[in-house]
Amino acid sequence: MAEELTNLLISEHHPMDSLLRQDRLPHIWCSGCGLGTVLTCFVSALQKLELDLNKVVIVSGIGCTGRAAGYLNLDGFHTTHGRAIPFATGLKLGNPELKVVVISGDGDLMAIGGNHFIHAARRNMDLTVLCVNNFNYGMTSGQVGPTTPTDARTSTSPYGNAEHPFNVPYLAAATGATYVARWTALHVRRLERSLIEAMNKRGFSLVEVISPCPTYYGRWNKMGDALEQMKQYHDHSIIRHRTDPAEADISLGGEIIVGRFVDEDKPTFCDLQREAVQ
Amino acid sequence: MNDNGILQGDFFIDGDTACAEAAICAGCRFFGGYPITPATEIAERMARRLPQVGGTYIQMEDEIASIAAVLGASWAGQRAMTATSGPGFSLMMENLGLGIITETPCVLVNVQRAGPSTGMPTLAGQGDMMQARWGSHGPYEIIALAPSSPQELFDLTIRAFNLAERYRTPVLVMTDEAVGHMTERVVIPPSEEIKHYPRRKPQVPPSDGYLPYNPDPDGVPPMACAGEGYRIHVTGLTHNEKGYPATVSVETQRKLVERLIRKIRDNRDDIVELHEDQVQGADVVVVAYGISARTAARPVRVAREMGLKVGLLKLVTVWPFAENRIQELASQVKAFVVPEINMGQIALEVERCAGGKAQTILVPHAGGGLHDPDDVLEAIMRVSRWNREPETQNSKPET
Ligand SMILES: Cc1ncc(C[n+]2csc(CCOP(=O)(O)OP(=O)(O)O)c2C)c(N)n1
Ligand code: SF4
Ligand SMILES: [Mg+2]
Repeated sequence: MAEELTNLLISEHHPMDSLLRQDRLPHIWCSGCGLGTVLTCFVSALQKLELDLNKVVIVSGIGCTGRAAGYLNLDGFHTTHGRAIPFATGLKLGNPELKVVVISGDGDLMAIGGNHFIHAARRNMDLTVLCVNNFNYGMTSGQVGPTTPTDARTSTSPYGNAEHPFNVPYLAAATGATYVARWTALHVRRLERSLIEAMNKRGFSLVEVISPCPTYYGRWNKMGDALEQMKQYHDHSIIRHRTDPAEADISLGGEIIVGRFVDEDKPTFCDLQREAVQ
Repeated sequence: MNDNGILQGDFFIDGDTACAEAAICAGCRFFGGYPITPATEIAERMARRLPQVGGTYIQMEDEIASIAAVLGASWAGQRAMTATSGPGFSLMMENLGLGIITETPCVLVNVQRAGPSTGMPTLAGQGDMMQARWGSHGPYEIIALAPSSPQELFDLTIRAFNLAERYRTPVLVMTDEAVGHMTERVVIPPSEEIKHYPRRKPQVPPSDGYLPYNPDPDGVPPMACAGEGYRIHVTGLTHNEKGYPATVSVETQRKLVERLIRKIRDNRDDIVELHEDQVQGADVVVVAYGISARTAARPVRVAREMGLKVGLLKLVTVWPFAENRIQELASQVKAFVVPEINMGQIALEVERCAGGKAQTILVPHAGGGLHDPDDVLEAIMRVSRWNREPETQNSKPET
């Protein structure tokens, strides 16, 4: 009897199988990396959304996060470093039926691709951007980046980072995003809900996820193992919906304000272009 | 204008406008660009015209974004184009490589001005010809066309779209300020007379086993686009036929790179277009392209009037290079004279293919104008003289 019950619970197929490229697994991510959780949240958001999955397109830049486009069983484009957003812009304008989602890292979106990010937000281009912020360049083995907190150590800030970091939600909101949220990789339910809201939003939506990179950033900053780092981010976070994102700066070891900061409606690039031409 | 918004008839327009109209005739419905002299008029024309034919114009934040958007639009199923000049061309190089490795049909127009750097924005140059060939990193083959008049810019822009689809690759139209800003008669034929090479689509329905990079016998894979149900994965990493990364497989890299190169090289007969004028039996052949082929016409004529046997070989297709024809001619002629508005780029290719069998004389121009026809004539006369008195070959006159 007990055996029969167990067999009932064991399935040959994982419920997310159909959305993952089985033939690409195992993935290249380190064990304990926050990216696994983030991808799971994204897949479960997709499963709850009523979208035609043949019309959902994932675009990534380059980085550990950038590999996400290659693991999802959707049309996926793994472009060049920093250029996911303009590539996604071309896809969306070339075929407005597509639901275009950009999944990329903090370095990709905020440093080399920073200019594209602010202009896509300014245009209110109909894209969802999932920015996985692990406070460093994971793929190239943990260098300082535009979101690395001041004083944090990385392989290229061995004496402590002498720069002020970008506050990603503040940048997005200030430049025109119509939906802005931030969660940590442990806020799985809330993150999933935000991803659903973001993908349902017409216009430029941004979801930032604070995610551990235990291999580099965590080790350089003595944050313990992967789980400890993930838990630390979660424990330091304070949920404050609708807070002014200007107040949501992140400092080394300080509190992390999370929540849904912006949710408003305004015409998208396509709306305005259609109106202008008519 | 026809009901469908496409022009037809005789027009008196500049090269840039002709280029934009050609794109529209060729079915281009997406333009992503960034203003730059002397290519701006193409963007301006597209901004006005695309909405009239149901297309989309977007002015991106820079040229890197422009070419990225063009690649994206192509994967959304559109014929897409961008236009720029030297500084913007430099910025496009990384994503040109992405277009090549992902086999993305699109057209990139470079209205060349004098460089390096910001150089002479309003004046002609041909200094980007080697950048066109080698500007993006890694091994690859490229197609580049060089028009010498607004009409030819029109015709070659249409051809560029067709070649892009035929070989699934970015195609460069390497024009220059003189042609772009020159106003002349341009004949736009009726739409039904314009050849369209349709995008090659997969003959199989979507399935788990679908191989997006499995080529047809000519080395070109059919193209499934985003949203068509094939669930493609497209990456700039070295990839196998499934499209999946294989970044440490030297064998996959070799197969991919060889195919990317061979699909173009093996079809040189189809791609390479040359215009020959009295090349057969000539002692000296002037090899030129773009506006310089036009400036060369007069000195060639004058030299013939002087009794010299001079031919003019115009490279309408510059890349892939007309290797076979130059090799063949090298054993028939005494010398090649190559006028170009740079300090020697295509002359190096001519010299390489001549392989020491005929001389190659560069007529350089640092940029900012066209050749003085007398400089080309002088070079023709000089080599003709040497060829009559071989003993003076080692004492070249001062220039
Ligand atoms: C033009 C260019 N410059 C540099 C690189 C090297 N590079 C690859 S990924 C990366 C940084 C990735 O950092 P991030 O976007 O934060 O992604 P993560 O790996 O942390 O997820 C860099 C600098 C590159 N691929 N292309
Ligand atoms: S290097 Fe860091 S970000 Fe990249 S997979 Fe490993 S833990 Fe994750
Ligand atoms: Mg990162």
